[in-house]
Amino acid sequence: MPKNPDIKKVLVIGSGPIVIGQAAEFDYAGTQACRSLKEEGLEVVLLNSNPATIMTDKDIADRVYIEPLTVEVVEQLILKEKPDSVLPTLGGQAGLNLAMELEERGFLRENHVRLIGTTSETIKKAEDRQEFKDTMEKIGEPVAASKVVTNVEDGIAFTNTIGYPVVLRPAYTLGGSGGGIAHNEEELEEILSNGLRLSRVGEVLVERCIAGWKEIEYEVMRDSAGNCITVCNMENIDPVGVHTGDSIVVAPSQTLGDKEYQMLRTSALNIISELGITGGCNVQYALNPDSFEYCVIEVNPRVSRSSALASKATGYPIAKVAAKIALGYTLDEIPNAITRKTYASFEPMLDYCVVKIPRLPFDKFISAKRTLTTQMKATGEVMSICNNFEGALMKAIRSLEQHVDSLMSYDFTGLTEEELVEELEIVDDMRIWRIAEAVRRGISYEKIHEITKIDCWFIDKIAILVEMEQALKTRELTEELLREAKRMEFPDYIIARLSGKTEEEVKALRKQYNIVAAYKMVDTCAAEFAATTPYYYSVYGGENEAVKSSGKKKVLVLGSGPIRIGQGIEFDFCSVHCTWAFAEEGYETIIINNNPETVSTDFDIADKLYFEPLTPEDVENVVNNEHPDGAVVQFGGQTAIKLTEALIKMGVKILGTSAENVDAAEDRELFDQILQKCGIPRAAGHTVYTAEEAKAAARELGYPVLVRPSYVLGGQGMQIAINDEDIEKYIGVINRYTQEHPILVDKYLEGKEIEVDAVCDGEDILIPGIMEHIERAGIHSGDSISVYPAQSISQKAKETIEEYTRRLAKSLHVLGMINIQFIVYQEQVYVIEVNPRSSRTVPYISKVTGIPIVPLATRVILGHKIRELGYEPGLQPEADYIAIKMPVFSFEKIRGADISLGPEMKSTGECLGIARTFNEALYKAFLGAGINLPKYKNMIITVRDSEQEEMLPVARRFEKLGYKIYATRGTARMLNENGVHAIRTNKIEQDSPTLMDLILGHKIDLVIDIPEQGVEHSKDGFVIRRNAIETGVNVLTAVDTATALVTSLENTDIKKLELVDIATIAGR
Amino acid sequence: MKAFLILEDGHVFTGTSIGSRKEIISEIVFNTSMTGYLEVLTDPSYAGQAVCMTYPLIGNYGICYEDQESLRPWPDGYIVRELSRMPSNFRCQDTIQNFLKRFDIPGIAGIDTRALTKILREEGTMNGMITTDENYDLNEILPKLKAYKTGKVVEKVTCSEPAKWKGEGYRVALMDFGVKKSIPASLNRRGCQVTVYPAQTSAEEILAAKPDGIMLSNGPGDPKECREIIKEVRKLYDSNVPIFAICLGHQLMALATGADTKKLKYGHRGGNHPVKDLATGRVYITSQNHGYVVDTETLDPKVAVPAFVNVNDGTNEGLRYIGKNIFTVQYHPEAAPGPQDSAYLFDRFIEMMGGNK
Repeated sequence: MPKNPDIKKVLVIGSGPIVIGQAAEFDYAGTQACRSLKEEGLEVVLLNSNPATIMTDKDIADRVYIEPLTVEVVEQLILKEKPDSVLPTLGGQAGLNLAMELEERGFLRENHVRLIGTTSETIKKAEDRQEFKDTMEKIGEPVAASKVVTNVEDGIAFTNTIGYPVVLRPAYTLGGSGGGIAHNEEELEEILSNGLRLSRVGEVLVERCIAGWKEIEYEVMRDSAGNCITVCNMENIDPVGVHTGDSIVVAPSQTLGDKEYQMLRTSALNIISELGITGGCNVQYALNPDSFEYCVIEVNPRVSRSSALASKATGYPIAKVAAKIALGYTLDEIPNAITRKTYASFEPMLDYCVVKIPRLPFDKFISAKRTLTTQMKATGEVMSICNNFEGALMKAIRSLEQHVDSLMSYDFTGLTEEELVEELEIVDDMRIWRIAEAVRRGISYEKIHEITKIDCWFIDKIAILVEMEQALKTRELTEELLREAKRMEFPDYIIARLSGKTEEEVKALRKQYNIVAAYKMVDTCAAEFAATTPYYYSVYGGENEAVKSSGKKKVLVLGSGPIRIGQGIEFDFCSVHCTWAFAEEGYETIIINNNPETVSTDFDIADKLYFEPLTPEDVENVVNNEHPDGAVVQFGGQTAIKLTEALIKMGVKILGTSAENVDAAEDRELFDQILQKCGIPRAAGHTVYTAEEAKAAARELGYPVLVRPSYVLGGQGMQIAINDEDIEKYIGVINRYTQEHPILVDKYLEGKEIEVDAVCDGEDILIPGIMEHIERAGIHSGDSISVYPAQSISQKAKETIEEYTRRLAKSLHVLGMINIQFIVYQEQVYVIEVNPRSSRTVPYISKVTGIPIVPLATRVILGHKIRELGYEPGLQPEADYIAIKMPVFSFEKIRGADISLGPEMKSTGECLGIARTFNEALYKAFLGAGINLPKYKNMIITVRDSEQEEMLPVARRFEKLGYKIYATRGTARMLNENGVHAIRTNKIEQDSPTLMDLILGHKIDLVIDIPEQGVEHSKDGFVIRRNAIETGVNVLTAVDTATALVTSLENTDIKKLELVDIATIAGR
Repeated sequence: MKAFLILEDGHVFTGTSIGSRKEIISEIVFNTSMTGYLEVLTDPSYAGQAVCMTYPLIGNYGICYEDQESLRPWPDGYIVRELSRMPSNFRCQDTIQNFLKRFDIPGIAGIDTRALTKILREEGTMNGMITTDENYDLNEILPKLKAYKTGKVVEKVTCSEPAKWKGEGYRVALMDFGVKKSIPASLNRRGCQVTVYPAQTSAEEILAAKPDGIMLSNGPGDPKECREIIKEVRKLYDSNVPIFAICLGHQLMALATGADTKKLKYGHRGGNHPVKDLATGRVYITSQNHGYVVDTETLDPKVAVPAFVNVNDGTNEGLRYIGKNIFTVQYHPEAAPGPQDSAYLFDRFIEMMGGNK
């Protein structure tokens, strides 16, 4: 069936800010879909509140709105842009929910807008627990015994009929929010009441627990003619019980025979047909490991995280094909872009094995429970490809960048055998390491399997790796052994360490025996057809297929690895734009990256894609194969920066700012010299190595001080210390991992924090704009609300900032991007830190100013001058709009994480508010972050003594808005004494009603809790903040944020938002 | 022990010997299925060939005897990247290693199967040798490889005596040219009483049993080698008994009615081939295993017209016979291994015989 000619203008809804459960994969899907629609000559209107995405570029869609994802905004947008169709299935759960609400309201029908892709009836059938269950029963597909309940009593009654444990799944939530497994009535009550609250429709499914069964997923496509295919199946190494987003996943399934494989495949096709899905869909199964019994766990009637993984694992572009299907094409009409010989109506065949490992944020949330459950906690993931499972696992482990490089990375040797066996029960991110230790101790596969339910096939693979460790330790490193170790992807330095050789010796041996990495192609068809797409993975042994080159100059672009707190999607944005700019300059572009969720790892972004870990050895292998003319590291975050030294050793030219100058910005002494030379003040500080030195330094500077390791990312390990005790504790945390670099102790200045991104061509600089943080210094810049253009600093300060930026860029010989953070304290401008690389604010500032910063920086790196590129150097005139970047957190997903903000970054994503006035921009930004107040007009305030004075006017303004204020003793007294009525409420350990009762009573809009600085976090405050977050109450932990919020709420006249088309903002 | 795969174009792959140590010469083909290695091994259509699995991890779930498509493995040799040392599945009864040894089938593991596949794809299916003789002499071997002919293989794989599958429904005569167990099982599941006849059985004998329908099975080799059988098939065509044919059976019917077959460069072997039903426009993912194809140029449109076409390369995947109760397909509706999407064709055959009894 050809394209439907009635579709001319399509609204694509994105997924909003990156949160746990909804990450970069939807930027990848959305970008691919938009390009696919534009390819068909359609006009594309895009709505997404996330400014760090590639999909919100004007190159990707015709009209781009970075506005809050609310029903009102979409309605207004539809009235303004008059699209004839809405494509809702590519923006994750957020986009889907919005579309459903519009449909239910009848708005779409009234305005003659159709949903394309999948219909609302289909979405309902798949998403509504009861309808889904009925549909499955109708076609005879088994589901676990379950019941949808709307209150706790019914849940308990039903559970009593099927028995504990039960799984709880709230309807219409993402990433399993609010779900869990209850083993007894107490747990049931807790999880269920919470789940009911979080569900959009107040429904939770109570289900027979099938924990321990194999978890298998199928990615299925169907077109409007009813043709269906499966793109891929995947097997979770972690059995049912761990959210698939937190599981180690292998594709294709490894332990299923054809009978089981086809049984589930046929079931998946029956389900997608019965639901009438047109597009992509994901079906999850639980398969009894001891029979053919299976249950359908869940169906996602849309493109999902798993489909991003399946796309990258097979080379089949699911989002692109789903978009074409939405337009009316059938699978046999859509060419396979990889082979160009086959069509979308064929099933990919893999001749390799893919392993995905989640990137969990426990390094950021030290207090959080590491347990993995049905509620997803991962912020991102890595994928690896190899022609054997052992190699794929080893590559995936070292791609994580989490201080792990093998199955020896966590040390459990201190446990007795009994303790180890007991710990095998723990389901967390270290489980495979415990299993490896168990294998080392000779604990039987059967026993390990009995406890973990992980299939013996995987345990045996872990055992093979453990045996190799042993062999390397005990046997002579013969050619055969070395070949076998490399086949399993043991890095040279680990082989060296185990065999008592140096890394150089191992490398020399490899050279002698000609053991080198070869590259194989991902071609969707197991080599049956000649493919043209250069998407490669490495193996040891065999033919190298990555041999073609265009003859052009080659540039290596290093990606940024898995999405984690502190290094998110914005670096992928930068990498992709840099790649495109190099291509425009006539270069052959080569990307190395390992993140399956991103646009940069799409097969048609660079001329060549190497899906590989970003470690020196893996990068060196690619370098040896490609011999690039240069590499750029300044766009891939710390991941890429960290590889600079290694690249230089390999003889690769670093394009842009030189490595010495990158070092100079990070090395305290060199940097101090530069500042001195430039006449720029910075907060006094010292470089130290021990706790004693740190304390001495702090006493000399005077508390409070900032303590942090040099070479940090996202403020990792950075803290404010108010006394010696704090220093002791922090140094302990920082030193948990081997510290190659010294520790910095700085005087903490509590001023306005200012941030600048600039491009320097060696002579001139270009500053697109100055950003100001709402929260004062001390809160990580990534967690602060950022305002462009800066609102509250003087013209003189701006001029000083411009001048300092110029001096710093020139002294550091910056060629390309530089990011500088300043503090303006009592009209003085201080420098906090300088990063001679791209930063997280670059995408947002590019969009609001219309200045394509990354392409500009790329051209500058290649020798063009800012003036010659049509720009007047210096600070650019301010744009007509005010843009506010609002951090978004995923605290409700991470049990036990402390949510109070500080120098260590905690946000997972961001959204933008853009408007002509500050107030409207702020309102949009809060709205986009999901803070949609007022509801009940009740709030709680607890403030540390030192900030009570500042809190007073804020409280007064909230009172004026009609808020009823509850407060603990000290705060209540202060407020009442100053004429703000506050109801004194007991602390948790006191008699009821306490703060906790209020929070759990669900009538509270907001908690403002300003905790004490330093280590001595009040236990009370922690518990309150956690409970508030887990019950969906907004919590603010900084006075400045509270001020901003009340300002936004006061502007109640902002009913009708003015929607801004970013694509029309012209660069000047 | 080392083993060598020597191709007739002079390529040599060095790997590890698996299964039997004996030396074989055979036609080398590849199969892209990711599961179903046992079904592939026991599919009689692989007689006269050595099969390379493109999926690199083979043997993960071991051997489950009930999944066999016949009582023994048929390929002359087996080529894999890696055999699992520890299969894991609740039905697992044995390992591939033992299975190959027991039936004296040699194989080679640890070679770059992807590189081999690319050679076969680019140069076409060719002959090869699997040997453990380290002192092989290419000058001596290559002419032998080039001269090797697969010859008649149907006779080797067909049953020697008729066999019955009991059922209360239609009586189906199934010609065994190398039948996979799933074909009679698919009919039997639909109630049919199936009589499996040896390939050499005369048309008269079959027709004398007055079956409600006749099935022509899959099988190995070049269809044109089956000269005697084609004559009998022609007689079956002339009868008015409904006929459904699969794979080799489909090719034999085409040859029997005046059309020609040709050899594909490297065949279709795997479980992912899209086939379009020309009557409905629907596309089905199918299980395939064939090296020869009916040349549609040679069809007499008064006799037969294409009913199914391969979406990838446009080759014929099935025929509808004009004025006859006959339809034939090139692919495998019985699946095993592979997608079950085309099982509806057996229902269509039941309809042809008069619908549900």
